[in-house]
Parts: sequence; structure tokens; C-alpha cells
Amino acid sequence: MSDHSEHHIVPLKVYFLVFSALMILLFVTVGVAMVNLGPFNIYVAMSIAIIKAVLVVLYFMHVRYSTKLTMVVAAAGFLWLVFLLGITILDYTSRSWIPGSYQ
Amino acid sequence: MDTTSTVERVSATGIISDTIRTNFLNADYGIKSWLLTKDHKRIAILYLISITVFFMIGGAFAAMIRMELITPEADVFTSEAYNKVFTTHGIMMVFFFLIPSIPATLGNFLVPVMVGARDLAFPRINLLSWYIYVIGGLFTLTALVLGGVDTGWTFYTPYSSTYSNGYVMLTGIGIFITGFSSILTGLNFIVTVHKMRAPGLGWFRLPLFVWANYAASLIMVLGTPVVAIGIVMIALERGLGLGIFDPRLGGDPVLFQHIFWFYSHPAVYIMILPGMGVVSEIMACFSRRHIFGYKFIAFSSLGIAIIGFLVWGHHMFVSGQSSYAGIVFSLFTFIVAVPSAIKVFNWTATMHKGRIVYSTPMMYALGFIGLFLVGGLTGLFCASLGVDIHIHDTYFIVAHFHYVMVGGSVMAYLGGIHFWWPKMTGRMYPEGWGRFSALLVFVGFNLTFFPQFIAGYLGMPRRYHVYPPEFQIYNVLSSGGALVLGIGFTIPLIYLFWSLKYGEKAGPNPWRAAGLEWETTSPPPTFNFDYQPVVDHEPYNYSEIDARSSATVSTHSVQEEQHV
Amino acid sequence: MSDAAHNSLVAHQFDDARQQQEAATVGMWTFLITEIMFFGGLILAYMIYRNQFAESFHAASRVLDVWVGCFNTCVLLVSSLTMALGVRAAQMGDRKKLVLFIIVTMIFGAAFLGVKAYEYSEKFEHHLVPGPTFHFHGVPGHEHAPNAEIFFSLYFAMTGVHALHMIVGLGLMTWLLRKSIKGAFNKDYYNPVEICGLYWHFVDIVWIFLYPLLYLIDRS
Repeated sequence: MSDHSEHHIVPLKVYFLVFSALMILLFVTVGVAMVNLGPFNIYVAMSIAIIKAVLVVLYFMHVRYSTKLTMVVAAAGFLWLVFLLGITILDYTSRSWIPGSYQ
Repeated sequence: MDTTSTVERVSATGIISDTIRTNFLNADYGIKSWLLTKDHKRIAILYLISITVFFMIGGAFAAMIRMELITPEADVFTSEAYNKVFTTHGIMMVFFFLIPSIPATLGNFLVPVMVGARDLAFPRINLLSWYIYVIGGLFTLTALVLGGVDTGWTFYTPYSSTYSNGYVMLTGIGIFITGFSSILTGLNFIVTVHKMRAPGLGWFRLPLFVWANYAASLIMVLGTPVVAIGIVMIALERGLGLGIFDPRLGGDPVLFQHIFWFYSHPAVYIMILPGMGVVSEIMACFSRRHIFGYKFIAFSSLGIAIIGFLVWGHHMFVSGQSSYAGIVFSLFTFIVAVPSAIKVFNWTATMHKGRIVYSTPMMYALGFIGLFLVGGLTGLFCASLGVDIHIHDTYFIVAHFHYVMVGGSVMAYLGGIHFWWPKMTGRMYPEGWGRFSALLVFVGFNLTFFPQFIAGYLGMPRRYHVYPPEFQIYNVLSSGGALVLGIGFTIPLIYLFWSLKYGEKAGPNPWRAAGLEWETTSPPPTFNFDYQPVVDHEPYNYSEIDARSSATVSTHSVQEEQHV
Repeated sequence: MSDAAHNSLVAHQFDDARQQQEAATVGMWTFLITEIMFFGGLILAYMIYRNQFAESFHAASRVLDVWVGCFNTCVLLVSSLTMALGVRAAQMGDRKKLVLFIIVTMIFGAAFLGVKAYEYSEKFEHHLVPGPTFHFHGVPGHEHAPNAEIFFSLYFAMTGVHALHMIVGLGLMTWLLRKSIKGAFNKDYYNPVEICGLYWHFVDIVWIFLYPLLYLIDRS
């Protein structure tokens, strides 16, 4: 006798909704890139990319319906990426705060 | 496998009989049964043999370094050759010995047994990890034979990416491949500890050795890929001309250092955490006491693993990194020392009012505590921005990391090998020789590395084979010590091997230690237990164990029929 | 519960199918976070240099065709959808649909690689491959690009490593296809489908970041 609680079947509607959202966000990203937002272009583009990634992770990769452990593992990966990027960028941005430093 | 009759038999007598029966060593014979095994215990032995080979190679190169450094002039090697010698020593020892050492040998052997499982979560991936390790090693050894690499084990750019004439790519590929071995081992441990613990074995009933390997596995999984991509970037630059670190294109050498040290600092915690796990097990057993502050030690392991990822810039204080970043890294480095210190206090407290047994493993563990203490405290000197400006790239740093890596990790490794030798092989090693070697290692080690603190403090740079004559006395002492240390390492190699055939046969629990691994036979059967272990008591229940009569072999009541 | 021990689909180290399935999922996710960190190093390098050489990156990025990249992104998003539908088919025990969706996923994956190959060949033609043949004149309006070569080094490194992962993905799909056709999966056992799906989606996510980073720096 098998346990069905891990075999949550995602309704077709959800998959197609998520797919549509992904496609719409894709065209939004391209559109926004055509507008000059100065330094904000990168933040908008990355925010949209993050939303798309979250949608894929939660629905296509079933993390929404998985165990808490799976969610923690997934989150840890992204958190560690933030450590790597964040602290290194801290180094580069703070170099200009010191006059005459190596840049 | 028919478990019912076995369970009834054990329940009735309460004693696990260990006369001639099938264990994992004699379950199957022939080279194929070893090279295609899925048994984590056999894979552990395969690793044990391979890493010993790499340890010997790394040791040989260390001997070459110490030989050259006896005199201030260059009489053994040219500059280029010397660069290759210390590079090879570093690469062999870091990537092919220290990182896999405890996790791939003792961890592989013990983690499934300690959690009461039949094997790791992914046995075939475990075997694959060994093959990957060997293949990576062969790539690197090939590079060595062809002429070696002279960049230092840290292969900083742009020297490694643009200017070096050594076999950087081949060596890099070898290390890259072996990195996957580490990742797969860590992955296996993480899933096993989360998903395969026996009934009743909650997280806080796990042996601290398991916590330690779990924490080290987190580091393996999160850190190794970053150095991997660093190697890929160097390979792309050397092989395909994709200049990412090329200074002529605007490449930044400090960027490489960030990528490199993001892994390589946490890597040192991969090397020490499992060693600390071994020490916890040994201290409790040979003080005959429950470990003091179990939860503190468990959480400290996690704390070291996590905070250890935030300190990497302390290797780059003088490289051009911003001072603000330096302050942050320095602060976190001081913070990461706290959980390590907590452990040292807890081990000491464990001994208080204990009945200390000065067995070989205990001698290694006690040595660990003293030497790790020195290594750790000198690490704080290095972490201080102002001090580091003077001692960076001197022998002070070399002494610091050898105290923690050799005085710490290697001593713990040897202690662990001795402690679990009877369990793994069913034989005891000769205790007299064991204690003698432990002492020799301790004395030899201090003689080798303590003078290096002084030499470094006085200004002798590292990676130099020509030095001002006023440093000679320290180098001579150091090289003398290295000879003693080498002998100290060689003797166990001989008697451990000897014991396989001639050592006294060991019962299931010669140390009367606590832990599931001691409740099965020595050596264990292929699937570790003949029954489903159920854990109904706290770990390190030494007072209980000692209260029972020493005639009883079994040390915990087995309640197979009662499911928790 | 004890039936599981005799169920040949449950490996000997596991107690039951559920433990096996959960272990497989957690195991694959643990592997995927190593991939996050692997690509993370490249993204770090990209971000640092983009900040340092903003003008050159801006100019160099304009050489890449936005719409070709957009098409490729669509292709991968569709392949993710079909992969998810394939897993769903496996969950429902529908072998025919599973096989169909795997094949469609593979076709889209191959299409992505085909387009990528076309883009690469274009770069070769226009001397945009870093090395002795590299020569970048800039684009109209953005002629000053002294550090463009580093952009292209990163472009090839990032999309190249991504493409390698796609190729591995296609290899996994081929293996999965063979097993699906043979009927190895049913509604009680489809772990390999699920975890190959996880890998495929992950490689898609990497491209979701790569596309705006490399192609969409500023197209105003």
C-alpha cells in the first residue's frame, strides 16, 4: 500500500497559469530594457528574473508541495549565493570610500 | 533477508554472538567484489588505502622542503623546482588527504552505523565518489610526473592563468574532478542523516561525530562548487584564451582570490570539524563520562560551518581588498573562534571527575586539544588586521595552519583510526607501540612547527628556499623535528598493517564505548545490524555502561518488537 | 509496510518507497544547490566586471541579438512546461503521454542548442571570440569599448557552461526516454522522472538569469 501524500498532482490549470505568467514576464523584461531607467535597469531586470525563478521553483519544481526540508535546502542555496555576491560586492563598493585605494 | 528468527534469537539471549560469522570483510572475495561494492564500509577501506598513498606522497614532498631548508642557500633545488615542491606538498595534502580524510574513511564507515541504517542513502553514488577521487588523483599525479606546477596550492592569477609554464590545466582538472568526490560524499551524508535515522534516534541523540560530519558536509556542498568554477575559469583562460583574469584585458587578480578563498577557507573547517567529532567520541569514552554540553557542541559545529563562510577575506587583508571589508572579515573571524573555544572548554569539562584512560586514541585526542588550542589562538593573531600586515606570508602563518591541520586534524584522524580500528578490522593494534607513536608524533610535531612561529615572527617569508642566515637555527630545529614526526607517522603504518594478520582479535566493544556502532559485531555484517536498531536512551550513557557488569558484552537493551 | 522490503523497486537501504522518494528529492536538490554556487562564481565575476567596465559591457551587449535570445528563452520555458507535464503524466501512470512529453522537451532543448550554435558561429565570423582574432569596433553610438573582450570571455564562459549543462540534460532525457518506453515507471514509482525534471528546470532557471544579464543591459 503506497502513501499518496507525496504524490500531489498539480492541476493542469496551475501549470498553464504559471507558464503564461513566465511568458508575460519575459516580454515585460525585454520591454523594460528598451526604456532607459539609468541605474535601475539592472534592479528591475533582476527582480523580474527572481520572480520567474521563484515561480519555476515553487510550481514546476513542486517545492510548494514538498517537505519543509526540501524548501530549506532550496532556500539555503540561494542564501549562500547572496553571501558570495553580497560580501564580495561589499569589498568592491567600499574601496572607493578610501582615498587612493586599489580599484 | 529473514530477520524474524534472528531477532528472536537475540532477544532471548540479549547477547550478540560473534564467533565465526559473515561480516563485511569475508562476505565476498575477489577484486571485483571490492571494486564494484556498494557497501559503505568497503568503500571506506578503499578510501583509506588511497588517501594513505596521497599522504605519503605529500609527506615525501614535505621531507624535500625540510631538507632544502636546513641551509640558507639553495643547495637541493632551483627556485623553480622548489616552487613545484611546496606546491605539490600543498595540493596533495589539502585536496587529496585532508579534505577526504575523516569524512571519506571514518565518516563513510561509521555514519550509517551510527544512525542505525543499513547503508548510506545512495550507495552507488558513494562508490562513484571514490572512483572520481581516484581519477582526479591520477590526473594530478600525471601532471606531477610530467613536470608539476609551481603556482602554490592557491594558484593565484594572473600567474596561474597567464604566465606560469607548469601543468596548471592538468592539475586544475584533477582537483576539479576530485571536488565532485567531496560534493557527492557530503550530499550522501546530508540525506542519510536527515532521512535514515533509526526509530528513536532524534537529532539530539546522535553521536557528535555525526553532527560534525553533517556540518562538514554542508560546507562540502556549498563551498566546493565555487572553487570548481574558479578552476574552470582558469582552464578556459589557459585553454581557450577566454581572458577573465588577464590583466591585459582588465582582469582583476583579487576577484580570483575572492572566488578561491570563498571555498578554501570553509575548506579548513571541512578538515577540522570531523576531527572535532572524533575528539568528542574519544574524550567521552576515555573519561568514562557523558560529554559536557552536548547541545553546545552540536550547535557549535553548525555555527562554525555557517560563520566559516563569512570570513574568507582574512586571507586577503594585504591584497588590495578594501579595509572596510577587512574589518568585517576580521570581526567575523574573531566570532568564528568562539564556537571552537566552546568545544575546547566542553571537552575539558568532560574530563573533570572522569576516570581517564590513557589509551592511544586518548593520547591523540589530548594532543589535539593542546595543539588545536595553540593553532586556534595564533589564528586570532592572524585575524588581527594590524598584526597580519607583519605576519602575512611569513612562517608564522605556516606554523599557525600546520598546528590546526596537523596538530589538529591529523592527530584526530590518527586517534579515530586507532579508536575504531577494532571495529573496522576485528583486530586490536599493539597498544604499547600505539602510545609510543602518539608521543613521538606530539614531540616531533612541536619540534617541527614551534620554531616556525618564531622564524615567521622575526620575518622569515614563506615559500622561500633561500633565507638570511639568522633564521637557520629555527630551520634546523624544524627539519630535525620533521624527521621525528615522519618516524612517528611511519610506525603506525607498520603496526596497523601488521595487526591485520597478527593483532589480537577484538570483540564487539573492546573499549566499552557508547554508540550503536559498538553494539554490532567487529567487523560489522554487510548490512551493519542483524536486527532493526531502536534507540531508547541518551548518547554517551557511560555511567550506565560502567554500572553494568563488565562480563556482559551487550551494552544496551534491544527492543525490536516495540516500535517507538 | 514490510512488503516494501520485498518490493524490488525499493532499494535495500530504504525502509519504504516514501523514504526513497523523499531521499531522492532532497538529494537532487542538494546537488542543485551546488549548481547554484557553481554558476554563482561566474555571475559574481560578471557583476564585478560589469560594474567596473560599464561602458564596454553596454556596448558589447548590444552585439547580441535580443530577439534571438528572447526566442531561446521562450523555447526553454516551453520545454520546462512540457517537462512538468511529463512528470504529471508519470504521476498519473500515463506512459504514452510521459514518452511524448519527454520527446517534446528534448526537441525544444535541442532547438535551444541549435540556436546557440548559430549565435556562436556568428560571433566567430565577426571576430568576437576572445583571443588573438578578437576585434570589436563597437556599435553605432557606443564606439568606446576598451574592455569588451572580457565581456565576451564571460559571455562564452557563462553560456558555454550553461550549454554543457543542457547537453548533460539531453543525455539524462535520453536515458529517461529509454526507461519510460520500457515501462519502468508507474504511478507508484517515478523518482527518476521527478529528479531529472528538477535538473531540467534548474538549467532553465539559470538561463532565466543569463538572458537579461547578458542580452538586456540597456537597449534604449
